[in-house]
Amino acid sequence: MTDTPTAAAEPARSGLSPRQRRRISLGVQTVVGIIVVIAVILLADWPTIVNVFLNRDVAALMIPELFTVALKNTLIYTVSGYLLGFVLGLVLALMRLSSLAPYRAVALVYIEIFRGLPALIIFLLLGFGLPIAFPGFKLPGQEYGTVALALGLVAAAYMAESFRAGIQAVPKGQMEAARSLGMKPGRAMVSIILPQAIRIVTPPLTNELILLFKDSSLVFTLGVTAATTELTKFGQDLTVDQANSTPLIVAGATYLLLTVPLGIVVRRLEARQRRDR
Amino acid sequence: MTHAVEIRDLHKQFGDNLVLKGIDFTVEPGQVVCVIGPSGSGKSTLLRCVNLLEEPTKGKVFVNGAELTDPDADIDAARRHVGMVFQQFNLFPHLSALRNVMIAQQRVLKRGAKEAEIVARENLEKVGVGDKWNSYPGQLSGGQQQRVAIARALAMNPDLMLFDEPTSALDPELVGDVLTVMRKLAEEGMTMLVVTHEMGFAREVADRVVFMDGGVIVEDGPPSQVIGDPRQERTRSFLRRVLHPEG
Repeated sequence: MTDTPTAAAEPARSGLSPRQRRRISLGVQTVVGIIVVIAVILLADWPTIVNVFLNRDVAALMIPELFTVALKNTLIYTVSGYLLGFVLGLVLALMRLSSLAPYRAVALVYIEIFRGLPALIIFLLLGFGLPIAFPGFKLPGQEYGTVALALGLVAAAYMAESFRAGIQAVPKGQMEAARSLGMKPGRAMVSIILPQAIRIVTPPLTNELILLFKDSSLVFTLGVTAATTELTKFGQDLTVDQANSTPLIVAGATYLLLTVPLGIVVRRLEARQRRDR
Repeated sequence: MTHAVEIRDLHKQFGDNLVLKGIDFTVEPGQVVCVIGPSGSGKSTLLRCVNLLEEPTKGKVFVNGAELTDPDADIDAARRHVGMVFQQFNLFPHLSALRNVMIAQQRVLKRGAKEAEIVARENLEKVGVGDKWNSYPGQLSGGQQQRVAIARALAMNPDLMLFDEPTSALDPELVGDVLTVMRKLAEEGMTMLVVTHEMGFAREVADRVVFMDGGVIVEDGPPSQVIGDPRQERTRSFLRRVLHPEG
């Protein structure tokens, strides 16, 4: 602490000014970076790498099922789980804010459990636990129903907390204005508070969509068929079949094809909210 | 004749803080009553008790002869006849000016969209912001927002209008527009209960001025008396501070 002002006052101890030192440091970093890149280019076995990871013939085997089956199913799983999570999450958020203590308690316990458990455990419990516990009981839509329920149950816990934060972020005066116009509490919530709350939480809700999109790959634990396969399982099966990693790369790229634009949308929404404030 | 507002022995307590300590007063139909007093005197709380935005701790509130403090009273139905204008406007930011004025007509009075829009446009026109019908609250000045808020309350055809420091959040040059609208309403015979710091408005427009301090009514009478020739020392010292802040 004591020699900080001294150091600032006498930059010439090593004979170099701070600006010169910074310049030398940047120069060294640049040179090291260039050396590493050149080494990788020279030493790597490029033909093998391209053949194993970016094999065009193997990639061609994935068309058109990559889109017509795998991506389609991934989207169905994601969207159905998201819709269920949205509705259930909204109900849980309203329960969390209820004036009835038992509602608050139930919602809180639900949120803590489903936010704390790995999604994989929910999938396994629904896929194998339910049929054993209730023989003959079947969720509607076979795998589709199970996946939608598993994803929805997990997503609801996260979305409930987002909705709650959004509702609480709407100024108190909004509810007062609505009530002073004669609206009942439920009507004011639906017409005045929720539209504003949902706008506030659109960025975190879009993030949740991205998370669900990836979590839909957990459907493999339920043992999918050729008709119900999704991106990850589809890529994995072909990778084993062809002894080549290209299908996994292609499947991964297909996820990014959707998640990257969604991420951009989220950032734009956040920037707009910052501006509006 | 039933009173527009009748308040009997009203008490309001927030935790340990006794804000209203026994208020009795009435407003007759067509009267304009201005409530003045230092901040913390309980005047806003009194106003908010009239439409039960605050639940009185003790005492009775009647509006048009119906007791709102009756546990079986339909508060939502009663509030339809009582318009309220807030210091912070509290317009709905996700709706255009027109939709702000329409939504309660549609959702509460169950008017059709066409009728609600006609009523909304009439009222926006009346408060001088008819050309702003398509703007969102964030695009309007404070004075314009407050006038839209007045139109929103008027569209419900209230018998009584409550104003809670309607010009306190406005830039000085915008205060006049809002006061002009309120003056016009008073001339049309609207029953108004106004919490305000605008002494000029109170003196010229009010039929009665109520001075509150420390949770009680100190003085209640025509403006020529309460503002012009106050009998109580507390009223005099308050007015001295408000009217001659320099001296």
